[in-house]
Amino acid sequence: MWRFLIPAGLFVALLAFFFASLDRDKETLPSPLIGKPAPTFELPALGDPARKVASSQFAGKPYVLNVWGTWCVGCRQEHEVLLEIARRTQVPIVGLNWKDDSAAAQRWLQELGNPYSVVAADEEGRAAIDWGVYGAPETFLVDARGTVIFKHIAPMTLEVWERDFVPLLAKAGVQP
Amino acid sequence: MRDPLRRACGWAGSWAGLGWSGLLSGLLLTLCLSAHAIDTAPAFSDPALQGRYDHLIRELRCVQCRSQSIADSNVGLAADLRREVRELIAAGRSDQEILDYMTDRYGEYILYSPPVKPVTWLLWAAPVLLVLIGGGAAALVIVRKSRLPDEDGAENGSGAA
Repeated sequence: MWRFLIPAGLFVALLAFFFASLDRDKETLPSPLIGKPAPTFELPALGDPARKVASSQFAGKPYVLNVWGTWCVGCRQEHEVLLEIARRTQVPIVGLNWKDDSAAAQRWLQELGNPYSVVAADEEGRAAIDWGVYGAPETFLVDARGTVIFKHIAPMTLEVWERDFVPLLAKAGVQP
Repeated sequence: MRDPLRRACGWAGSWAGLGWSGLLSGLLLTLCLSAHAIDTAPAFSDPALQGRYDHLIRELRCVQCRSQSIADSNVGLAADLRREVRELIAAGRSDQEILDYMTDRYGEYILYSPPVKPVTWLLWAAPVLLVLIGGGAAALVIVRKSRLPDEDGAENGSGAA
């Protein structure tokens, strides 16, 4: 009896494990930055290299950091959503234009609309490495103390905004 | 040297899958896999530093392409991470400091060999455990069989008699 039950049991357990793994998200890597101070950066502003965009400018209030590039299909896909979020919220959306062509990026914002309060141009991709960026679009939420409290990897959707970002902002006592 | 090669590789890629030219381009593509890899010039003139660099970029996973190290990938992020490794070595950082720098940003997933710690004990012990389980099962079967009356031997014996 046992000699059949044990292998059959193991087989069922294996099936259950595989079945549970089907839905598991293997694409999204957990960010080690969550709960840590946001990386600092000082980069030229997109389209105006003389002006600097520094992370210290955002100290004391929460902000959203969105990593994008004109070469990134997902960024095109989420752009409408970012515009809608910018209409809905008081929280500034900071753009990190990652390894992009400055002229193309400016044209993109002129044609599609600009949801960002400010855009930093990270042509060499150094700030992106500090933020642990591995695939655009990525969207971070930083609280008023300068701590990274959330990261969304994939195009933004209004569902993600309402489900993940808004409650975190509300909990931090900020009018989303 | 590299440019014509690159063009040939691009050509081979575009014809892959089309009959005989597909076969030919497939063969060419296998050559290209190694030809395409990485920096044209060595990163350091000092062989000791170059050795550390070669070792480190094989220890780090290309987080964008997943199943390649940053040494094997031409993706933009892999090139950026190689530049980062190069600069950190040049700045006199130790290998461990450089690996820590990367895990601080990307998590332990970026390391090709996972560190030994409670969550990874099972992972590291798995080969030994599997050998023990398999060996144990084999030993059990052998011992049991050897205790059974030797049927084959008995039959053969009677047949010969």
